[in-house]
Amino acid sequence: MQPTLFSTQQWTVSRLTFYIRKLLEENESLQDVWVQGEISNLSRPASGHVYFTLKDSAAALKCVIWKTSAARLGVALQDGMEVEVHGRIGIYEVSGQYQLYADQVRPLGEGALYQEFLRLKSMLEAEGLFAPERKRPIPVFPQRIGIVTSATGAALHDMLNTLRRRLPLVEIILAPSPVQGIEAPPALVNAIQSLVLQSPDVILLARGGGSMEDLWAFNDERVVRAVAMSEVPVICGVGHETDFTLCDFAADLRAPTPTAAAELATQITLLDLSAELQSYRNRLTSSTLSLLTEHKTVLSSLISELRYASPQRGIQSERQRVDELARRAHSSLAYRVQLQSTHVNGLQKRLAALSPLAVLARGYAVVTRKDDGSVVSRVAQASGTMNVRVSDGEFKVKKS
Amino acid sequence: MPKPSSNKTEKPIDELTYEEALSELEGIVSALEGEASRNKLEDSIKLFERGQALAERCSALLEAAELKVKQVAGDVLIPFEEESE
Repeated sequence: MQPTLFSTQQWTVSRLTFYIRKLLEENESLQDVWVQGEISNLSRPASGHVYFTLKDSAAALKCVIWKTSAARLGVALQDGMEVEVHGRIGIYEVSGQYQLYADQVRPLGEGALYQEFLRLKSMLEAEGLFAPERKRPIPVFPQRIGIVTSATGAALHDMLNTLRRRLPLVEIILAPSPVQGIEAPPALVNAIQSLVLQSPDVILLARGGGSMEDLWAFNDERVVRAVAMSEVPVICGVGHETDFTLCDFAADLRAPTPTAAAELATQITLLDLSAELQSYRNRLTSSTLSLLTEHKTVLSSLISELRYASPQRGIQSERQRVDELARRAHSSLAYRVQLQSTHVNGLQKRLAALSPLAVLARGYAVVTRKDDGSVVSRVAQASGTMNVRVSDGEFKVKKS
Repeated sequence: MPKPSSNKTEKPIDELTYEEALSELEGIVSALEGEASRNKLEDSIKLFERGQALAERCSALLEAAELKVKQVAGDVLIPFEEESE
């Protein structure tokens, strides 16, 4: 067919492209699509945006994930990966290319899994298995920690390292179990139950990161119920921060990672214990010192009371009194002796003055009758032989 | 006031677990702190010495602590050998 030389409507490339863009963007079903295919030509330039082509056996679709969405993806994209991509269809005018502006990518099959996840979640939620009042406190200072995880995974290694660093006093009881695959759910249930028999203070249920399918055992109804029914508090640390499993909801505490689960199980660490011990040491010393000081105070007050009450004090004062009395006695005696001797001297003098010998010495004589010894002081008294005493002796006379 | 006596615990100090030693130490410290000087000095000194020995025990346990890992095998526990890196 010959093209008409002058068409009824004149288009520029820009206008036509803009027109097509509008057609696509106004179609709501193209603005919210999940597209399934295989990733190829994956490229991540320095801008941070992600470009790839989604293809199947018959067609290809250019895809862009802007930097901000790429950061929230949660899935490591690889060429050859079968995925489901969510986004909107738009046009890159510069190259006239229609493409998918993607915001979510999930490995193929997760869509169905997610539906199952939601169904189970609402069922168990309605049963009250996830109720906040069911959550038990995690012991602050456990002595025995149970771990349910794969014996060979990095998760166990990370947890043991964390526990060793934070609280090496603790005893670890491991109940190894496969954590993915068809045998995982019954094995996990069995591991939890056999661990409960060992009466740990807390159980860590853990697994490293993986796809939703890898983590699926932790959404298995049997495992979720075993976690909810465990007599021992359970900390669930499965996958990464962004992964949520039903075990997370059923557990007493959800940890974003296995390492975080080990941290949450050891709220008190070796450092805390050392600090606590040091404070007890200080209190022990200071309380004993203050007791000693108290005893010392009591003792010195007793000593001074004792000194006050001592008989020594009485003895000293008695002794002093005796001294005083002795002194007084002595002085009074001496005085009296002197007094007496003065008196005696006076008497002697008076006696000497009165002595008849002194009168005789002056020429007088004492005449006594020999018969009766009476003094002859008058003539009439003189008779017979008489004794005449003079100053130096006596002689006899006879009355003539 | 509960009065912990030094001969209440029958286990020798070096057989006490960290928790046992710490809780006895805790009791001794609060007994000493609450004690009046009318109590026997000799008893206080004994408590203090016991407390010091307990503190030594605790700190020795902290320093020597090594993570013990066992594994459930049926009804019993067996040692678990970690794979070396």
